[in-house]
Amino acid sequence: MARRVSWFAWFWYVLGALYFIIPLWGTFVFSLQKERGTFSLAAYQSAFADPKFAETFLYSNVMAVLTIIFSLLLVVPTAYWVHLRVPRMRPVVEFITLMPFVIPAIVLVFGLIKTFSRPLTILGVTVLPPLTNSSLSTDFLLVAGYVVLSLPYMYRAVDNGLRAMDVGTLTEAAQSLGAGWGTILWRIILPNLRSALLSGALLTFAIVVGELTIATFLGRPAFGPYLALIGNHKVYEPAALAIVSFGLTWLAMGIIDRVTRGQGGTTTGAH
Amino acid sequence: MATTVQNPPRRPRLTWTWLGLVPFFLFAILFIFLPSASLFIDSFRTLDGGFTFANIAGLFQPPIPESYWLSIRVSAMTAVGGGLLGFFMAYALTVGNLPRWLRPVTLTFAGVASNFAGVPLAFAFISTLGRTGFVTVILRDLFGWNIYGAGFNLYSFIGLSVTYMYFQFPLMLLIMIPAIEGLKRDWREAAENLGASTFQYWWRVGLPILMPSLLGTMLLLFGNAFGAYATAYALTGGTLNLITIQIGAQMRGDVLRNPNLGYAMALGMVVIMAVTILGYSWLQRISERWLK
Repeated sequence: MARRVSWFAWFWYVLGALYFIIPLWGTFVFSLQKERGTFSLAAYQSAFADPKFAETFLYSNVMAVLTIIFSLLLVVPTAYWVHLRVPRMRPVVEFITLMPFVIPAIVLVFGLIKTFSRPLTILGVTVLPPLTNSSLSTDFLLVAGYVVLSLPYMYRAVDNGLRAMDVGTLTEAAQSLGAGWGTILWRIILPNLRSALLSGALLTFAIVVGELTIATFLGRPAFGPYLALIGNHKVYEPAALAIVSFGLTWLAMGIIDRVTRGQGGTTTGAH
Repeated sequence: MATTVQNPPRRPRLTWTWLGLVPFFLFAILFIFLPSASLFIDSFRTLDGGFTFANIAGLFQPPIPESYWLSIRVSAMTAVGGGLLGFFMAYALTVGNLPRWLRPVTLTFAGVASNFAGVPLAFAFISTLGRTGFVTVILRDLFGWNIYGAGFNLYSFIGLSVTYMYFQFPLMLLIMIPAIEGLKRDWREAAENLGASTFQYWWRVGLPILMPSLLGTMLLLFGNAFGAYATAYALTGGTLNLITIQIGAQMRGDVLRNPNLGYAMALGMVVIMAVTILGYSWLQRISERWLK
């Protein structure tokens, strides 16, 4: 009986597969046509030769690494603590990590600029100077915004990882051997979370490196705004960069796939 | 008796327990709640600080409702279109008897595509379906069909929808595959024993059980498209008046000449997103009754 409906399955599968492949194939062929009448890698050479490419790409990679570090520092102890001591707080913490689905990036950056472009005062006392005045403090704001965007993926990855081990027993065993909290987190919990952390980190990386919205409005020289600029001025280079960026996303997802095989990893992002 | 003995030493421990979550809550307050609260509060303020509903009323003055409506249409269109394509593809991969090796390849592809958004995605579609794009040229030169002459335009509603679909349907596919696999074999066998055809099984048993999950995921896709800015900006350069594009223009140069009206627009977006996500989690809870 299943064999009889197979044409139906094939029809939808082929339709979806074409939707996947045609834009990629089209972009790839298009990216090879910078020199008339022949296929060449000229668009790639020209794209990579622009010093701004390396500068902005490096900048975004540094921001991505900082985001991953801060996000891990924030999420791992919190998720661990929720698992171990305050499971009652799980819904609250989960709710907060899901806020980026309710507050889109454009609204988030709007609020960040509004709040941090003037001194932050609580009850008349100035707690923070304006953060948008220097590039260093704006970078800090950028990373904070990216950490917010990374929360749903990072928290879910870490939470899944913690579920897969017996946090309570491991902690008690370590404590009975005289380990402090730092040792427990660093030498017991983290090593057991390796694949979860790696997938959370790579997903964050994929989201952050080409991110446009927050970087543009904070006026930082990131890769996303650079890409958008190239798109306005060049014809074939954007196609080349799209292929490169697809390759990078593929690489990140491929590694996640490999390290979380059979664990039901979460590999979907929001836009 | 035991409680009276245990109570005193418990108290300080409780405070310590809470301390562990302080950094996280502090971060959330500073970088999520404070920024959004300040937008919301000023949505209800006049320029000199008094309370008003004028900004909320302003949301119903042109051109703002048009922007919301365009965003809603694009999101609904790609949620339903991407949802159906993703669902049928998930169906094909699970119960469609396709060769087994297709599955891991397709899932990896879907994982990548659902994360492939923003500026590079816009570039890919410009290279493919733009005026001189790969497919546009092939259709024109080989088949004599000028899609731009026939009314297609990548930099319009339909073009943006086609582009958004690229990350929408893979997301649907990824979520629906486990849902379809959650359908128990017993249900199908029971239906067959009672003489149901494949169509009858799906129409009377399979689809009704999957429906909350199907609709819920479509709501997720709706929110996914509704909040998108980068793809639309890179594709249309800000000429298509989505609500996100409108907010961006307001941030760049106060085009509404009233900052508080800009904040109200952001508030309106968050309200729509919140309703969408609430609907999603409600439907999710219903679908968990049947599919674990």
